[in-house]
Amino acid sequence: MSRWKYIFSTDHKVIGIQFLFSALLFMLFGGMLAMLMRWQLGWPGTPLHFMEKIAPEGMPGGVMVPEYYNMLFTMHGTIMIFFGIIPLLVGAFGNYLIPLKVGAPDMAFPRLNMLSYWLFPPAVIIVLLGFFMEGGAAASGWTAYPPLSGLKATMGAGQTCWTAGLIVLGFSSILGSVNYVATIINHRAPGMSFHRLPISIWALFTTAVLTLLATPVLAAALILLLLDRTVGTSFFLPAGMIVDGNLLSHAGGQPILWQHLFWFYSHPAVYIMILPAMGFVSDILPTFSRKPIFGYHAIAYSAVAIGAVGFLVWAHHMFQTGMNPSLGTTFMISTMAVAVPTGVKVFSWLGTLWRGTIRLTTPMLHALGFISMFIIGGLTGIFLASTPVDMYMHDTYFVVGHLHYVLFGGSLFGAFAGITFWFPKMFGRKMNERLGKIHFGLTFLFFNTVMFPMFILGLGGMPRRIYDYTQYSGLVHFAGLNRMMSVGAFCLGLSQLIFAVNFFFSLFKGEKAGENPWEATTLEWTTPSPPHHGNFTTTPVVTCGPYEYSLPGRSRDWQMQTEKVGK
Amino acid sequence: MLLPENASSYGAQVDQLFWVILWITGFFFFLVQGCLLFFVLKYRAEPGKKAAYVHGNTAVEVIWTIVPAVILLALTLASQQVWAEIRSPKLFPDTKVQVEILAEQFAWNVRYPGPDGIFETADDVTTLNQLHLPVGEPTLVKIRSKDVIHSFFVPEFRIKQDAVPGLPTQVWIKPIKAGQYEIRCAELCGLGHYRMRGFVTTESSEDFMKWLTETKANE
Amino acid sequence: MQARSRNLPLVIASLLIAHSALAAGYAPEAQAFGGATLNGKATLEGAAPARDKIKMSADPVCLGQHKEPVLSEEVIANNGALQNVLVYVKDGLSGKSFPAPTTPVVINQEGCQYRPHVFGIQVGQPLEIVNSDSTLHNINAQPKVNRRFNIAQPIKGMKTTKAFDKPEVVVPFKCNVHPWMNAYAAVLDHPFFGVTDSNGSFTLSGLPAGTYTLEAWHEKYGTQTQSVTVTEGETKQVNFSFKTK
Repeated sequence: MSRWKYIFSTDHKVIGIQFLFSALLFMLFGGMLAMLMRWQLGWPGTPLHFMEKIAPEGMPGGVMVPEYYNMLFTMHGTIMIFFGIIPLLVGAFGNYLIPLKVGAPDMAFPRLNMLSYWLFPPAVIIVLLGFFMEGGAAASGWTAYPPLSGLKATMGAGQTCWTAGLIVLGFSSILGSVNYVATIINHRAPGMSFHRLPISIWALFTTAVLTLLATPVLAAALILLLLDRTVGTSFFLPAGMIVDGNLLSHAGGQPILWQHLFWFYSHPAVYIMILPAMGFVSDILPTFSRKPIFGYHAIAYSAVAIGAVGFLVWAHHMFQTGMNPSLGTTFMISTMAVAVPTGVKVFSWLGTLWRGTIRLTTPMLHALGFISMFIIGGLTGIFLASTPVDMYMHDTYFVVGHLHYVLFGGSLFGAFAGITFWFPKMFGRKMNERLGKIHFGLTFLFFNTVMFPMFILGLGGMPRRIYDYTQYSGLVHFAGLNRMMSVGAFCLGLSQLIFAVNFFFSLFKGEKAGENPWEATTLEWTTPSPPHHGNFTTTPVVTCGPYEYSLPGRSRDWQMQTEKVGK
Repeated sequence: MLLPENASSYGAQVDQLFWVILWITGFFFFLVQGCLLFFVLKYRAEPGKKAAYVHGNTAVEVIWTIVPAVILLALTLASQQVWAEIRSPKLFPDTKVQVEILAEQFAWNVRYPGPDGIFETADDVTTLNQLHLPVGEPTLVKIRSKDVIHSFFVPEFRIKQDAVPGLPTQVWIKPIKAGQYEIRCAELCGLGHYRMRGFVTTESSEDFMKWLTETKANE
Repeated sequence: MQARSRNLPLVIASLLIAHSALAAGYAPEAQAFGGATLNGKATLEGAAPARDKIKMSADPVCLGQHKEPVLSEEVIANNGALQNVLVYVKDGLSGKSFPAPTTPVVINQEGCQYRPHVFGIQVGQPLEIVNSDSTLHNINAQPKVNRRFNIAQPIKGMKTTKAFDKPEVVVPFKCNVHPWMNAYAAVLDHPFFGVTDSNGSFTLSGLPAGTYTLEAWHEKYGTQTQSVTVTEGETKQVNFSFKTK
């Protein structure tokens, strides 16, 4: 019984840490898939001999075949998004931080919370079973557009595993989000009004609402796709398809319907992936500038605005599908519009730094890196929002660059910021600052080496998801650039070892951390590190906002949310 | 240069939009990165230095909300004009020449209707992966797919159109110079997606008619 | 005159060797199952349809390998002699088992065509798929009874080996990158099959004595069957005549 309480724990902190370890493991796996892709892109057709035994059909004699490459980018995207970033930002940090930061002893529904984690391993197993199926794992892109993904004739059993596993995973997200919303609304400590919540909670709250509203649509789409694949329905399959010389008997379906349903979830999903990171940055910047956040209300409401408008932009992924051009107009308007609250956040962060006293700790470096990289991702999105420019850029490496700047440059740096910031609270020990800074620097450098040239490739017309771009005479001159990107990718991958070493070493041998090693103000820093079960010995009473730093007339430059002095 | 040569009549407008957006985003890029760097250096914590206890500034916040909104609105209007001109079916120019492209895993089936102007008759001229277009006049390109989703992409024409089975679409292209270009498939369609390469030749109307006749004779 | 008559046996011998070498690609080494031989011709009655020109320009690599236009292989009939007809024993061998040879049947993608175009292979016999072109070919096998496969070979020289574990007449192969590329394989559990050459001729040798149903298959003109009885060591002629529809 005693050991089971750690495995099937209902303590939100344990569940958060379970998500943390699981997510980090899958980020590693997803990263390795990317390394293989970069090998092929850097040296097309060159054998990588140790892969012969691991993937005899996919890399015979060490030479990658195109269908294996298609599987690699499919699973890279799927794993990074669904098993990596979302469980990391939403599952790990959402679970760990919400009760602590609102002043609650645990989540509203602890057992439901435990279930939300334990749906994750079976979902993962079902999806990864695809690797052992004939034809390998899913290979129609993480976007799985039918008919390619919807026919057994064009995609093997691995695609069925992918579809089924993600349905299960959707439930994990939905159950978790129920808890987040209920806890934030109902379990705030006395005095913790909505306008005294840390921005990270505003962000996680919006994220949870997005998850609740959008994930069921994905689940529905996946179920329909599964039926098309397995029992011969035609939700997404039109009449008249001739595959391999055979006229198929499907009729009545529309491939574009999948795209609408899929993107109706997946666009809000990108906000699910960025809002928590933005929230962490909003907590971390004041702490290491020793200044209140600039424009609390604006930042809080802009998170909600991004979430709301984010539901209205999905078809900007579909501008060139042949849907009515008027839809291109309306979705362009909403897509351009969502840049406004995003810009408000960026300027507010700059305003937070302005006239602060900046401490360049590892979490602060990652937060600054987030702003610097995210702005590139955000600005390149404007090119894609313009429908005529998107006609050129859609499905080229420009999009791949854009998405990596927001998801890695944004979400992942935000995740590193969060991990290095809250590690002392979670594990009672500090991470090594020196290693942390080296890891940040190398990651920042190599990340840009790999990802920035993607914009150049995209402008040159290099399509994405291409096993061998040298087939096009107009792209052959990109060989040197692709090789440089691949070398950068390998260095980027190796640099993560520094983080791994730091993480695991510090778990056991890191310098012991007290309650509040960063001299921060929010409620989690009033508890021991790590907090005991139930978090607070007595229910905290909140008396001020979350970022009361450098109050004039006070010798200490921070004020906890439970302290009485000052505003 | 960053973009390949432009070979179609609306390409210049698309490129212009691109450059305008590049200038605007470039400005904000340097502004933000510059501020970041400047602030981090100037406001570095030092013993004795205190941070300013400021929660915000309504006027500044209003400005940095409205100014981007106005800029984005202008970009939207400018983009919409070009979008309508290229995509709006009511604004398609009159086209004498028509061609149908039926995409399949993994080739482009090109079909011209021939002298009778009707597709699927005996005088059609069909090729595999070879698309010829006359310079200086608009051609209507009908796009269909036989199996999965493909996407017809010719970078030098600045045009991309998905080929969706069950959803025939059309685009118009007016080449402005003679040359040879590539069709690249721009929607993942299976193991041969990376190799779905077509060959576009733009030439004078006379050469184009000659090519059509020759190709039919050689069939 | 003298020189010619001395050379004649040599010429005949070399012709025989060449012929059997050709035949070896289309029929397995005659095992010591029996000594009977069935041979004959497949013919096409009526005017053969004109052979379409293959659009090799679809791929510059393919085009560069042919100086002259390449014609479709769907119907190759030289003065009525129908090539690429697969002839095999359909019935009459029950109770006997024939071990699969270990030497592979090689299907080569060369000049953007399959060589051979039609062939027979035994259940369990290795099929070696080779790409001899510097362009992507995918070999897309579409059997109804056996396991389907679709393998891309992007690099010249790539080889993959597959095998079929159930008899099936026929398994079509196609390349999706080059839509004109087709091949057909009959998977049989015995070695008594052959494919007609440019003269329309086939030979099935090494048959045990018995009564057999022989089937001739052509990709456009369908199948025909005939019944034939051979005694030990006998050679018999069986001809098939296909009609243009």
